[in-house]
Amino acid sequence: MYRYDEFDARLVGDRVAQFRGQVARRLSGELKEDEFKPLRLQNGVYLQLHAYMLRVAIPYGQLDGAKLRRLAEVSRRYDRGYGHFTTRQNVQFNWVGLGDIPDILEFLAGEGLHAIQTSGNCIRNVTSDHFAGAAADELMDPRPWCEIIRQWSSFHPEFAFLPRKFKIAVTAAAHDRAAIAVHDIGLRILERNGVVGFEVHAGGGQGRTPLLAAKIRDFVPETDILDYLEAVLRVYNRHGRRDNKYKARIKILVHELGAEEFSRQVDAEFAAQGGHEKIALPQAEIDRIHAYFAPPDFVPVSAEEAALFDAAQAADVDFAEWCGVNLHPHRQPGHASVTVSLKPVGGAAGDATAEQMDLVAGLAERYAYDDIRVSHAQNLVLPHVPVVHLYALWQALEAASLATPNESLITDMIVCPGLDYCNLANARSIPVSQAVAQLFAETKYQREIGRLHINISGCINACGHHHVGHIGILGVDRKGEEVYQISLGGRADEKAAIGGIAGPALKAEDVPGAVKRIVDTYLSLRRGRDEIFIDTLARTGMEPFKEALYAAA
Amino acid sequence: MPLLKDGREIPNDWVFVDGDAPIEGVRAVTVPLERYLADVASYEGRNAPVGVRLQPEDDPDALVPHLDRLELIEISFPKYTDGRGYSQAQLLRRRHLYRGELRAVGEVLRDQIFYMNRSGFDAYETARADLPSVMEALREFRDAYQPAADRRVPAFRARHGNL
Repeated sequence: MYRYDEFDARLVGDRVAQFRGQVARRLSGELKEDEFKPLRLQNGVYLQLHAYMLRVAIPYGQLDGAKLRRLAEVSRRYDRGYGHFTTRQNVQFNWVGLGDIPDILEFLAGEGLHAIQTSGNCIRNVTSDHFAGAAADELMDPRPWCEIIRQWSSFHPEFAFLPRKFKIAVTAAAHDRAAIAVHDIGLRILERNGVVGFEVHAGGGQGRTPLLAAKIRDFVPETDILDYLEAVLRVYNRHGRRDNKYKARIKILVHELGAEEFSRQVDAEFAAQGGHEKIALPQAEIDRIHAYFAPPDFVPVSAEEAALFDAAQAADVDFAEWCGVNLHPHRQPGHASVTVSLKPVGGAAGDATAEQMDLVAGLAERYAYDDIRVSHAQNLVLPHVPVVHLYALWQALEAASLATPNESLITDMIVCPGLDYCNLANARSIPVSQAVAQLFAETKYQREIGRLHINISGCINACGHHHVGHIGILGVDRKGEEVYQISLGGRADEKAAIGGIAGPALKAEDVPGAVKRIVDTYLSLRRGRDEIFIDTLARTGMEPFKEALYAAA
Repeated sequence: MPLLKDGREIPNDWVFVDGDAPIEGVRAVTVPLERYLADVASYEGRNAPVGVRLQPEDDPDALVPHLDRLELIEISFPKYTDGRGYSQAQLLRRRHLYRGELRAVGEVLRDQIFYMNRSGFDAYETARADLPSVMEALREFRDAYQPAADRRVPAFRARHGNL
């Protein structure tokens, strides 16, 4: 994991001091709220329905035990004893006092954490594959480039007042777990003739105008990537729309110009850069950053130890069930990546208590090379676990309600905070997700259904990623009533697609039954268990599902 | 309106003349880009200092042939959340090596000054930030992660002995 040196530490420290001054000027009335707003947003501070919310950055979702423990302590000291992990691999504290925030930031900085650019019209936290550095299907570890991009984009003086927010995601695996198609820039790391480089996609995004990113370059060599990103950002900063907030994302610029013309303008800007303007990252710096992400010294797992793991599964069906669902193949023999589910039936997706955070921190240190990730599906991940530790790990997680065996199953829903917290929301998300989960609570049933992503947003801004859910649920306000629109067929992976609306919106109490009818239809139509929901839907089209959904009405 | 430059508050001798209002009787004058380009020869032949004021949508590349003769370029921030002026400044300073004064005018608040300075501005016309607070803002960060139009050595070089 990347560790701050004196430069990083000083930058973050200076930021804390700067924000302390800004808060003091706000509290004294010297700064008006509309002047303060962009400043607080660039430090992750929102004014929500009931209180200020602080969003803390977790660059590309990576934590270690000490950092996670520090987050737990923040929730205990300054909040209500829990935090919410987000789809952008960050964490949010929902009940903080504005006057406390400078102290919180200083406390976080002590452990190498910050809230820089977690909101506002600037380049946001860079996100990536939560199995980075571990997955068997990965070409290389994307995290060093995520860190390089993090540094380049932090406090970038030219791009702090963009037309709108700007999100970059990076993947290096065959299976895209970073959802690069729905980001302002999506980067896929490739190798061509021994040279590492990036396939560049631009103009993806969700919100009220969901669009998939277009590929604007097949290959940008690693030595050029920051200059190329700078060209993209400059074209966007100068020509992105500023007349209408809802048309200000880069996706609208790419869409209105056409991907070809947009790409031509970026190429022209890139070509116009003089030699003296090039960033020219020294190889020594590229090497320095890569060194932080060297794989851990994996302990060899003996045949006897592997046999113990098999025996534990044979002896304990609950453990075996969890292993069957929440483990991901690791490139190192005798190891697995573990999803620590933050989706217990009846819970709020992505929420973790201080005690749970402390527990996972300790388990990571004891069993998992002190490496923890936040996934964009709002779970925690222990990327490297020797199989010999899995049984003890599972028992500890199980005792803390962190071992729900539902990774990528129907109750592993992505859910925004919705009207319970958010002042943008039109409808509640959490209670709807709980009602749906209740109906599918039984693990055997979930496993029978197989991989199925339900994503729920409480408004059109789509923080719950409903556009790319296999089943998407969008809460809307209809004359004062919260109703829910169902969409089908979205996906966020390498076959990314925007879901299509199935029909008229439903009342909250009708949503679980509607999902049940969709699932029953799938189970009756699928060609065997290997054909997951989204594939059946692609084969049959939406009609039979629509019919089942609305036949009763 | 107070004008801050080089750590001092200095008198503003320049007058911006908008549209096609007459400039007779004005000494140091700035005019809109379009007006300047329409009649470059007469401005260059003028026996008094001339500058140009850019609006956010203006293309600073249009000034490239004339940069040597411009003493002042003003970049206008009609709204402080409109960040196009930062790109204009970077283009003028870094790409085109403009050496004259680059002045931020319009909605210029204390908390933009650091980024403005990094982008190449060296003068700030503002009623909203006094000299001590501007000086403080310029020192808020001791380091930078990326090269820009100022002299700060980016961390990725400083780490390796200014490589």
